[in-house]
Amino acid sequence: MNHEQKTPSASEIVISTAGLARNFGHTQAVKGISFSVAEGEVFGFLGPNGAGKTTTISMLCTLLAPSAGEATVAGFDIRSKRTEVRRSIGLVFQDPTLDEYLTAIQNLRFHAYAYGVPRRVRDERIHELLNLMELWDRRNSSVREFSGGMKRRLEIARGLLHHPRILFLDEPTLGLDPQTRHRIWKYVLDLRRRESLTIFLTTHYMDEAENCDRIAIIDDGEIVALDRPEVLKNSLGGDVVTLRVEDGKSAVAELFARYELSASIEGDRVCFKLPGAEEFLPGLMRSFSCEILGVTVRRPSLDDVFLSLTGHSIRDDRPATGQQLRRYLNTPGMKSQLN
Amino acid sequence: MTGFDLQPRVRVLAAGDRARWRAFSLRQSLRGIWVIAYRELLRFARERSRLASTLGMPIIFMVVFSEGLKRQIGALAVGVDFVKFMYPGIIAMSVFINAIFSGLSVVWDREIGFLKEVLVSPLNRSGVVLGKALGASVIALFQALVMLALAPLFGVPLSLRIVLELIPIVIVLAFSLAGFGLLIGSRMRSQQGFQVLVQMVVFPLTFLAGVFFPVNNVPRWMEIVSKLNPLTYGVDAIRRIFLVGEISATGQNSGHSIIGVTVFGHTTTTIEDVALVGVLGAALLIGAIFSFNRHT
Repeated sequence: MNHEQKTPSASEIVISTAGLARNFGHTQAVKGISFSVAEGEVFGFLGPNGAGKTTTISMLCTLLAPSAGEATVAGFDIRSKRTEVRRSIGLVFQDPTLDEYLTAIQNLRFHAYAYGVPRRVRDERIHELLNLMELWDRRNSSVREFSGGMKRRLEIARGLLHHPRILFLDEPTLGLDPQTRHRIWKYVLDLRRRESLTIFLTTHYMDEAENCDRIAIIDDGEIVALDRPEVLKNSLGGDVVTLRVEDGKSAVAELFARYELSASIEGDRVCFKLPGAEEFLPGLMRSFSCEILGVTVRRPSLDDVFLSLTGHSIRDDRPATGQQLRRYLNTPGMKSQLN
Repeated sequence: MTGFDLQPRVRVLAAGDRARWRAFSLRQSLRGIWVIAYRELLRFARERSRLASTLGMPIIFMVVFSEGLKRQIGALAVGVDFVKFMYPGIIAMSVFINAIFSGLSVVWDREIGFLKEVLVSPLNRSGVVLGKALGASVIALFQALVMLALAPLFGVPLSLRIVLELIPIVIVLAFSLAGFGLLIGSRMRSQQGFQVLVQMVVFPLTFLAGVFFPVNNVPRWMEIVSKLNPLTYGVDAIRRIFLVGEISATGQNSGHSIIGVTVFGHTTTTIEDVALVGVLGAALLIGAIFSFNRHT
C-alpha cells in the first residue's frame, strides 16, 4: 500500500462518483456525494443507520437508479452499462440472500452458472473459496442448518466466485458475535492480499472502520470527512492526557513554560492534547516539579472524530451511547472541539 | 489472477459490433432461462413436502370424487362415465396450479432475499421470467406424466397418441398460466397476499373451468362465466385428447356436447382451444417481463 497517496491517480481508479444523489419522495437519502476509490483499496463507508450507506451501495451496484449525478464502477457507467458493472462486482448484502433450501455448494454452483464462470475454473474456484472460508466440510449441508457467521462466510465466498474486481460488503459483520466478526475480517484482509481486489464496505462499527485504508464518514446523506483513519484521528490534535496533580495551577504553568502545552484545569485534573503522548510522558514524569498523583492517556477514536464532525454519536441506537457521550464531554480537552 | 477475464470481451462488444452484441444478449437470455429453471427444479426436488403435496393433491381429488360420485352420476355420454370425464380435468387443474405457483416462487425469493442475488447478477430480466416459467412448466409436465402413469388405476385407457398430444398441450397451458402467476408475483410483496389471491381467484376460476362438470350444460349465469374463463378452454383441450376417440367412436349424444366449448353456436376444436390459451399466455408473459423490469 502506498500510504503517501491521499487521492488515487486516474489510472487506478475503480469507483468514482460525482454528485451522486438519490431521493425517496421528498426525503434526500443521499445528497450528491463525490469520491473515488483506487484499485486494491479497502474503502469504508462509516456512518449511523439511515445515513445513506446502503442507498449508495445499491446505486453503485445498479440495483437503484440515482436521482442525480454520475458514477462509474470498474470503468463502466452505472446507468448505461449495467450488465458490465454487474459482471465486474461481487456483492454481499446486509440481509442474507442465500437459498436456504439448497446446500452450500448448490448455492455456489447457481452463482457460477449465472455469471458464466467457465467449467474448467468453476469447481477449482469453489473448492478454493470454501476452503478459505472454512466451509468445505459443510459443502453438502443445507444452508438452513448454518449459523449466522457461516452464512455470511458463504455469501462472501459466493461474492468472490466470479473473480470480481470489486467486492461490495454492506455491513458484513452486522449481528455477528465479536469472535465471528474478527474471523470475517481476517478473511477479508487475507483476500485482499491474495487477489487483486478492491473492497468497498459499509459499517457502523468504529473498530471495523479502523481496518480500512481510507474511510468516508457519512452522515445524513453527506460525506463529512474522507481520509485514512490515522489522519482523521490525528486531526483532533493527538492523544488526550489527563494528569491528577496536587496543584493544578502550577502544573499548567509548568507545562506551558517547559513544553508550550496549553492545558486546562478541572478540579484536581489537568488536561492537554499531544500527539505521541506515550513517548512524551516518561520524560515528563521524571522531571516534573509538581507531584503527579495519576495519569490517563486516551487515544481519540473514530467515534470522537465522528462526534466532533457531526455533533452526535454514531451509535445513537446503542444504550451505552449516553454514557459514552457523557464520558466524552467530561474530558475537558474535548469541550473546545465541540464549540 | 488465476481465472479468466471477461472485460476484453465486453469491450469488444461495446465497441459496436451490433450483430455480435445481439448474439451475446441472446446467449445471456438463454443462460438466464436455463439457470433459473435449473434452480426451480432443484428446489422442487429438494422440498419433500412440496413434492408430496403436488403429487398427492390430484390423486386425492381423483380418488375421493370419483369413488364418492361414481354411483350418483351415471355416464355423461355413451361410454364416458364420471371418472373418465373428470380425469383429464384433474390433469388440467394440477397443471394450472403448478404453473401459477411460479409466481409464488418469485414472491418467496423476494422474501428470503434470494431475488437480490438474481437481480444483481448479469442475467437479464426476461431470461429470469422465462426461466421461472420453464421451471414451472417442467414441474407441471412431470405432474401430468405421473397422473398419466396412474391412468390404468382409474380405468382410463391410454394410447401413444394421447401421450404425444398431451405433452405439447400441457407445455402451452403451463407457460400461459405461469405468465399469469409471474405477472402477479412481480408485484406482490408477501406470500400471504399471493395465497389469498390464489384462493379467491385461481380456485374459483379452476372450478368454473369445467373440471368437474361439462360447461355446455349448466345454468345460464354459470355458462357465461365459464365461457369467459380462459381456463375452460385449457381444460377442454386436455379433455378432448382423452375423449375425442371415445365419443366419435360411439357417436355424439343428442343435445349438449361434453367436449368442445360452444360459443355462439360454434363448438371449439382442440387447435382453437390451445391457440386461445396460448395467445393470452404469451401476452401475460410479455406483461410479466415488463412488470418485472419495472417493479424490481
